[in-house]
Amino acid sequence: MKKLLMGNHTVSWGAMLARAQVIAAYPITPQTQIVEELATLCAEGKAKAQFIKVESEHSALASCIGASAAGARAFTATSSQGLALMHELLHWAAGARLPIVMANVNRAMAPGWNIWTEQTDSLAQRDTGWIQFYCENNQEILDSIIQAYKISETVSLPSMIVLDAFFLSHTTEPVEIPPQELVDKFLPPYKPQYKLDPKEPHAFGGLSSTEYYYELRYKIQKAMERAKEVIEETDEKFNQIFERKYGLIEEIETSDAEVILVTSSTITSTARFVTEQLRKTGKKIGLLKVRVFRPFPSSEIRDALSNCEKVAVIDRNISFGSGGIFASEIKSAIQKMGKQPVIFPFIAGLGGRDITVPQIEEMINYTFENAKPKEEILWRGLKYENI
Amino acid sequence: MKISDEEILNPGHVACPGCGAALSMRFALKALGRDTILVIPACCWSVIDGPFPYSSAGIPVFHMAFEAAASTAAGVKAGLLAQGNTHTSVVAWAGDGGTFDIGIQALSGTAERNADIIYVCYDNEAYQNTGIQRSSATPYLAWTTTTPVKFPKQEQKKDIVEIMAAHRIPYIATATVAFPEDLTKKFIKAKSIKGTKFIHLLSPCPPGWKSKDQDSIKISRLAVKSRVFPLIEIENGEKYKITVNPKPVAVKDYIRLQGRFRHISDENIEQIQKNVDRNWEKLLKKTEG
Repeated sequence: MKKLLMGNHTVSWGAMLARAQVIAAYPITPQTQIVEELATLCAEGKAKAQFIKVESEHSALASCIGASAAGARAFTATSSQGLALMHELLHWAAGARLPIVMANVNRAMAPGWNIWTEQTDSLAQRDTGWIQFYCENNQEILDSIIQAYKISETVSLPSMIVLDAFFLSHTTEPVEIPPQELVDKFLPPYKPQYKLDPKEPHAFGGLSSTEYYYELRYKIQKAMERAKEVIEETDEKFNQIFERKYGLIEEIETSDAEVILVTSSTITSTARFVTEQLRKTGKKIGLLKVRVFRPFPSSEIRDALSNCEKVAVIDRNISFGSGGIFASEIKSAIQKMGKQPVIFPFIAGLGGRDITVPQIEEMINYTFENAKPKEEILWRGLKYENI
Repeated sequence: MKISDEEILNPGHVACPGCGAALSMRFALKALGRDTILVIPACCWSVIDGPFPYSSAGIPVFHMAFEAAASTAAGVKAGLLAQGNTHTSVVAWAGDGGTFDIGIQALSGTAERNADIIYVCYDNEAYQNTGIQRSSATPYLAWTTTTPVKFPKQEQKKDIVEIMAAHRIPYIATATVAFPEDLTKKFIKAKSIKGTKFIHLLSPCPPGWKSKDQDSIKISRLAVKSRVFPLIEIENGEKYKITVNPKPVAVKDYIRLQGRFRHISDENIEQIQKNVDRNWEKLLKKTEG
């Protein structure tokens, strides 16, 4: 069944189809419709979940942590300031090895108040131990939520499904809604190895001295490394049932490309159009979409970039004092390559400013025309240098 | 009133000698039974339970961040309900810092939603676990490491029970281990009621109160007798009842056993006595409905 759904409602439907048993969420623009739709779906009995309408995002994640520790499938959704408020508990959820799934609508951090899209909110949480998926369209959101539960429950780490504010959250697209029985076949009920159970009492998360803590962290990294394979296996199983797959990354005409453009989220859609047009003019341009940011698909990216000379990375985010975060990760990933491509680190579209077709064309042309970037950070679309 | 002979709390916990919080847990678990899950935020009990891989509680324990006891416990309850478990009691067990201060938002939200949990605040009247810093539960003029003798706590203790009463939750009680039958009855009653239950335990702390290890029960008893800490119940935020009302003693008798008040004058004690008397009168009026 195809249904016209806005990105936010797609998130809610994904959580319902995944049979989330406990939902705890707090409203924040531009995520609000996720909470509203879930409240409606629960009230109508379509979603059978305990819905805790909490007083803050911190409590939203705390309740999900409690529910997940008790053995239930838990879901939450937030954005920007809300995600930042959850920061402490993002660490807790991963450290407690709980397979919670959340949606985060990418929104710029204040001040000044800005509700438009930017990836800094979620990328700033990259060290918390959450698997992160950056979605390009609404279908991918729905499918990624369903996949994420399976992945998270396999490796015992939480997952964050990330979507752009407005460009996805408020954009209506046709979405294929899989039948519940097929989703159930793909994603059986959650059966945790350990849970809070008075019949088998354990203490979780207690004082861990220098004797044990180190190994607990080591195991989180190992689980993240394993997650890469599990993401690919899960994607393949999903493909067998639903005939859609996404991968850790997606390559478009990269094999003979001299320049490869790297994008994530909805910028990828614009970039698909631009690269297609430029290909027609004979430019050897390829496109690499990074879907999974944690675990970072370093080896897959190295393979994808192995034949090109230059790589243009568009970051709609910034780590102040360093630069674009995807570019920084890619620079780190290519260190293992014999012949490394030159990285062109573009920043564009912060705070939801449009990244247009001509801008992407210009970035690609700049990369073709220059042997190396002329500046440490290639800012694009700045209007007022002295505001 | 029979208190269960079954010991659920195991020996080997790492509480200080004379710890009111350890004894409180022992009696609370006797009343609650084994079909109970504990959520413990940062507090003395995150240490007392024992370091990984040990746990002394004898029932499942989920350790949680400082400000999140109530919302986590509500999540545990929801998780159990989602799996069809309606019988297990979920107890948030937090100190005064995690309740009066950093955890009050989650507690207020959870109480407003009337989540079906028992929230226990064992109140040792300061951040004892970090080395005795003042909290909003620290009494007027008490010494702590952040309210030194030359500038002791200038503010009155926050009235957490009235704050919880304003949420109109079905059940609120105060208790101390000096009156174990009263404490036991209250935990059994809390377990039988649906919705948010709040139990405020006064919990002497010998290192923090600068009192003798062997005086914890005596001090608890004097707290009640002096009416510094009346033993009450409140139903639905409006039906007040004094559950134990022994012959009163002077506040001075309570205060003089504690080194944290050593610096205060007889005039100061008079002032505290007046506050206590006024609070008692107010309480009596409330019990009259």
